[in-house]
Amino acid sequence: MRDLIESALKGLNADYVEIRIEERESTNIAFRGRELDEIGHSTGKGGNVRACVKGGWGFASFNSIDDLRAKAVQAVEQARMVGNEKTELADAPPVVAIVPPHIVHDPAQVSLADKHRILEEYLDLLWGGPEIQTSSLRYADGHRTMYYGNTQGTYTEQARIDVNFWASAVARAGGEVQQASISMGSLGDFGLVHRMHETVAELPQKAVDFLKAPQVKGGEYTVILDPILAGVFVHEAFGHLSEADHVYENPKLREVMVLGRRFGGDYLNIVDGAKIPSLRGSFQYDEEGVESNRTDLIREGVLVGRLHSRETAAKMGETPSGNARAIGHQFPPIVRMTNTVIEPGEATLEDLLEGVKEGVYCSNWYGGMTSMEQFTFSAGESYMIRDGRIEEAVRPVMLSGNVFTTLENLDGVANDLEMNEGGGCGKGGQSPLPVSNGSPHIRLRNCLVGGR
Amino acid sequence: MREEEVLALAQQHADQAEVFSVSSRSIPVSYEANRLKSVDTRDSSGMALRIIKDGRIGFSSTTDMEDTEGLVGRAVEMLPFGARAHMDFPESSEYTHVPTYDEGTAALESASLVEVGGALIEKLHADFPDVVWEGRVSQGVSTTRLLNSRGLVAEETSSSVGLGVEGTLVRDTDMLFVFGRASSCKPDLETNEVIAALTRKLQWAERVASAPTGQVPVIFTPQAVAGLLLGPLLAGFNGRNIVQQSSPLIEKLGSRILDPRITVWDDPTNPFVPGSRTFDDEGVPATRFPLVQEGVIANFLYDLQTAGQAGATTTGSAHRGLASQPGPGASVIIIDPGDTTFAEMIAGHEKALVVESFLGAGQGNILGGDFSANVLLGYAVEKGEVTGRVKDTMVAGNVYAILEALGALGSEPEWVGGSLQIPALCCNGVSVSSKG
Repeated sequence: MRDLIESALKGLNADYVEIRIEERESTNIAFRGRELDEIGHSTGKGGNVRACVKGGWGFASFNSIDDLRAKAVQAVEQARMVGNEKTELADAPPVVAIVPPHIVHDPAQVSLADKHRILEEYLDLLWGGPEIQTSSLRYADGHRTMYYGNTQGTYTEQARIDVNFWASAVARAGGEVQQASISMGSLGDFGLVHRMHETVAELPQKAVDFLKAPQVKGGEYTVILDPILAGVFVHEAFGHLSEADHVYENPKLREVMVLGRRFGGDYLNIVDGAKIPSLRGSFQYDEEGVESNRTDLIREGVLVGRLHSRETAAKMGETPSGNARAIGHQFPPIVRMTNTVIEPGEATLEDLLEGVKEGVYCSNWYGGMTSMEQFTFSAGESYMIRDGRIEEAVRPVMLSGNVFTTLENLDGVANDLEMNEGGGCGKGGQSPLPVSNGSPHIRLRNCLVGGR
Repeated sequence: MREEEVLALAQQHADQAEVFSVSSRSIPVSYEANRLKSVDTRDSSGMALRIIKDGRIGFSSTTDMEDTEGLVGRAVEMLPFGARAHMDFPESSEYTHVPTYDEGTAALESASLVEVGGALIEKLHADFPDVVWEGRVSQGVSTTRLLNSRGLVAEETSSSVGLGVEGTLVRDTDMLFVFGRASSCKPDLETNEVIAALTRKLQWAERVASAPTGQVPVIFTPQAVAGLLLGPLLAGFNGRNIVQQSSPLIEKLGSRILDPRITVWDDPTNPFVPGSRTFDDEGVPATRFPLVQEGVIANFLYDLQTAGQAGATTTGSAHRGLASQPGPGASVIIIDPGDTTFAEMIAGHEKALVVESFLGAGQGNILGGDFSANVLLGYAVEKGEVTGRVKDTMVAGNVYAILEALGALGSEPEWVGGSLQIPALCCNGVSVSSKG
């Protein structure tokens, strides 16, 4: 493969060209209700060429890797249509590396019959109660190998194995339908699927409880987030804003996102990094061949860094952070998060609860989105806090806030860090990208809660 | 062809077989920060095989067109674990051709897309120099082939051209986002309409106003209906949710549960509309039928398998990607218009909220028809006039409840994103909460 890529890259009339070839294989199993809905096996092969001429980009993606040279020439011609400035890419030392996948328990070593049997155990757990109307249970594993070369002498081969597991129980009474769900993933560890029993067993009762739970009245509350939902919060409320591609060509945003700006209290520290090993967002080299890193984003409440591709780093005069990622060969790499974490503080959950007269305690997650200025995310479960105690369940709430003021209103960070490895991130039409996020319990003052 | 080879090979191992293939090419040109950033070509192709043996379904897919034996082998390997088949693949039908291919669109090259995009971005940048514009213009041609062991052979090619543009206006930490979209099968994009809509949004958003809160009338623009209400509404009609009995509409077929002014069609037979098609992704003829007729639940959306499970007939609503089996879904949703103009809706209220786009739509319990979202772009109405853009505002409600108690139905339907024809709605019973 190296010869194929390197010979196609030779002698092209461009400032910069890179070629990726991808091979992937995946298995998925899905149950709807008690019945198996889908079981399938997919294989894929494809690649792309990305070229830069005078600051303009050309990109060609394809499934057939025949005549790679012609495709490279085409991408260069496309780039030439665009470019009329100067190509700026931050320096990245050339590397040649072959990186095997991180494997704890390879799903490829588990037979289809065994995967099917293990999932059936979960079905029984999901149907624990008369009000359960239906359930959904899905499993997927994927093995992806990427071959990458560029005209600056970098060549890498990297492989990764992803495992995903989703379960949800749907309860119904009269015209009301409620569901409780869980999403989990791992990098190279099928063992995940063996560890979900306790969590899944709780879902049917939770869904039934939601049916009876009242809806919270919409408005501003003091909100305490559990570590899982706080992970989603840091991803949505701050992580996306730290991606330099949103900022680098918008002069006004560059003023707002100037390094040194205060975002929160002294106890607030946020980092991102793929170098933290064995998490879902971990890897050795990003999709521009830049070595992964650990980037401080907020240190003691102050903005100190951001996430870069080689282009955004060059244009902002900063160092590439190894955050250029793509979900597959159909897409060019863009700036993405990897593993994003609020570092633990000193407080305990009890400290955070103390003195909260009326508030909402939210745990687990359903989803989240951001617009840079505003963000929303939704809880999997919610409970009222009254006089410092977590009390009755309410319908899971959706929370919303302003990126710039919410971090200021984050006034408590506990000491109980946990990572959330479920779900996936979407940006620029590329979804889901494996990421992880994590946090200890945190407290937000004046958080907007949607409701009746 | 490869598809015939796969079908012949698969028939040796199965009672029934079906091969689905797609090949497509698209040329997107993208703009960043008011200027051309990238010119792309994206080619993709692949095949999927479904087989039925002893009442069970096997499935596999690949993007490697040479791998015919592997494709068949993996589908056969899945059979012992496969889902129970509640269907047979269909025989060939007499199709009424729905045109979705235009030679002019197919012939578009990147240079002409750059011309369209460049003119649009240049005009927007000149009119609104403080706004940073991003955009994309793309052309695409896609061919679908479907073959099965009962002799069905169907092939369709469609073309499309689309544009999307996004403006960001930053004033310190106050940010405004506006979006415009258009698409068509023909090379007839109405860029002037996109510019006019963006101009109206930017004018209304110029000032910031405080949002009315509580249970206030909420006016949904066509874009907002598509963005927030359609998802939870259509989930109730999806054959999968009917079969699972997780739709609130089961046992409601034939009942009037929405306002009698509401009629909703799925009409994939509209010529040259993106999403229209001659046959669905299982080879069943596509037809026009109502989901809601004058407030009465009229039909659900089925593919072959869910129809078999529900004891119903497929509605030709199968949709699929390459790597997954078909499932039912809507193609081209048309909501019949009413008799209130958008201007009348606004003029008729002492206090109201107009909503345009959302952040976080589709989260939460959509199965039950609930919606909840942050208002990304919306305006306050006072004394019958738009006073400015609202911020830090959330809306929540239940789609069935608000369509039962509908306030007014718009008389000026718009094509949203090319495949949805929707009027504005004025709804009661939406909760609005806001910060300070």
